[in-house]
Amino acid sequence: MAKTSWFFTKHPVLPGFTLSFGLSVTFLSLVILLPLSALFLYTSDMGWPQFWRAVSDPRVVASYWVTASAAFYSTVVVTLIGLLLAWILSRYDFPGRRLIDALVDLPFALPTAVAGLTLATLLSPGGWVGQFFADYGIKIAYAYPGLVIAMIFTSLPFIVRSVQPVLQDFGPEYEEAATTLGATRIQIFCRVIFPSLIPALVTGAAQAFIRSLGEFGAVVLIAGNMPFKTEVTSLMIFVRLSEYDYQSASAIAAVVLAASLTLLFTLQVLQGRFLSWQRRGA
Amino acid sequence: MQKPRGWQQWSLIGLGLVLVTLLLLLPLALIFAKAFSGGVGVLLSNLADEDMRHAIFLTLLAAGLTVPINLVFGILLAWCVTHYEFRGRKLLVTLIDIPYATSPVVAGLCYLVIYGLESTIGGFLSARGVQLMFAWPGIVMVTIFVTSPFIARILIPLMQAQGSDEEQAALTLGASGWQIFSKVTLPNIRWALLYGVVITNARAVGEFGAVSVVAGAIRGRTVTLSLLVEQLNEDNKVIGAFTAAALLACMALITLVAKSIMEWRLAKRGEAPVRAAGH
Repeated sequence: MAKTSWFFTKHPVLPGFTLSFGLSVTFLSLVILLPLSALFLYTSDMGWPQFWRAVSDPRVVASYWVTASAAFYSTVVVTLIGLLLAWILSRYDFPGRRLIDALVDLPFALPTAVAGLTLATLLSPGGWVGQFFADYGIKIAYAYPGLVIAMIFTSLPFIVRSVQPVLQDFGPEYEEAATTLGATRIQIFCRVIFPSLIPALVTGAAQAFIRSLGEFGAVVLIAGNMPFKTEVTSLMIFVRLSEYDYQSASAIAAVVLAASLTLLFTLQVLQGRFLSWQRRGA
Repeated sequence: MQKPRGWQQWSLIGLGLVLVTLLLLLPLALIFAKAFSGGVGVLLSNLADEDMRHAIFLTLLAAGLTVPINLVFGILLAWCVTHYEFRGRKLLVTLIDIPYATSPVVAGLCYLVIYGLESTIGGFLSARGVQLMFAWPGIVMVTIFVTSPFIARILIPLMQAQGSDEEQAALTLGASGWQIFSKVTLPNIRWALLYGVVITNARAVGEFGAVSVVAGAIRGRTVTLSLLVEQLNEDNKVIGAFTAAALLACMALITLVAKSIMEWRLAKRGEAPVRAAGH
């Protein structure tokens, strides 16, 4: 047996390790690691000045800013909306609750291109909702607000689904105890409930932010895609590709990939911290 | 859970209902209103269109290949990281998550770089008459990438909560590895597994960003339903675009119903609610 005790921190009892481990690692290497490292390798082939020119082009830099700021605004708004929905879904028994509970997952289930097309039509000056804003000269679809709304739509379930279970597990006894001690409702929410929601909120918001940064389908169909104004970085990569400028596209993609992997690893480290912090508190 | 009392609670609910109506219900209603806006005859002729039929076929093909492949490897991954303690286990779990954090366009580009015609592998294969990128195999490959975390991510918490006690008991009774899996593990995870399949399928059918990079959008050949929505919209064929969108929305609604039923089943069995956060 090739299994050494250095490798196993606990001796494997069940059979099938070689099979499942071997196939899993092969799958992950072929599907995830190989293509991602190919991108970095391909980028490293180009010289530093060329790389720098590709990623620091003013139009590209503007797209970083558009993407990051829109993702930030949408994350703030979606955190508030998500918290509200999670709260009413887990606290109150009202007519239509089950329907809404199921509908919250719609943005996950609905293809992003459909979401983009529909929101754009809805919010365009002649659309069901857009007409009310057109009267005041406010442009939502094919402009920056539309971009933010598309991101809000696609990331809504992240917040609701990470906060809801915590609220459901949070028994009424804490609130009752706080009430007997003379706390007001606002005090109870701010001092008792909200602190225990922070880990779930941070996780949900981080997932929403990461998703919004990479969102493409919903965004391209609604944003109008004007350079320097509503052009996101994902679209910039796409534009460079359609110009057959593979090197610049890869350079920008490498920057995006490095940024999102950094965010992912930071989130996982944070989650580890939060979990141990919660366990200590319990 | 309580009945709402007082105006504050009712106004919170009211605000929530307004937001849900604006963000979720109105868009959904709009899709079907637009698809039917030309009457049923137009809808049917749109559906019978050659490009539309091919897009439906290609979408089903991509989902039909992606789901079984990710099912098998999702189970293997989840089994591997929950039933053994070894060095690098956490790293493996982190690797599973990478596709979540990767922008679909970036994912598509990665595949283009390694399997495209200019690359070593792509050049080697194309000399032998196999074309991966700008053809259906490329669509399947990136769809597998994008949907690879779902099943493993849903199974891992469940398998962790269930532990290996039952499997170990089966082992002492002389069961083989396959018997342990099919008779002990599988019945325990079957609902979660089905749930994972439904979610993987939904995302596989709807993937847009990654597919649009590797598909090359050759009309009648590499256009999936999601891509067709965009193409018809750019051609100003609004009703056609919304017909394709309505088909995808039906798939989404079926997904939601199936998901709700399975969540209800899982809750009834007393299993941890496997909300798939993070996709």
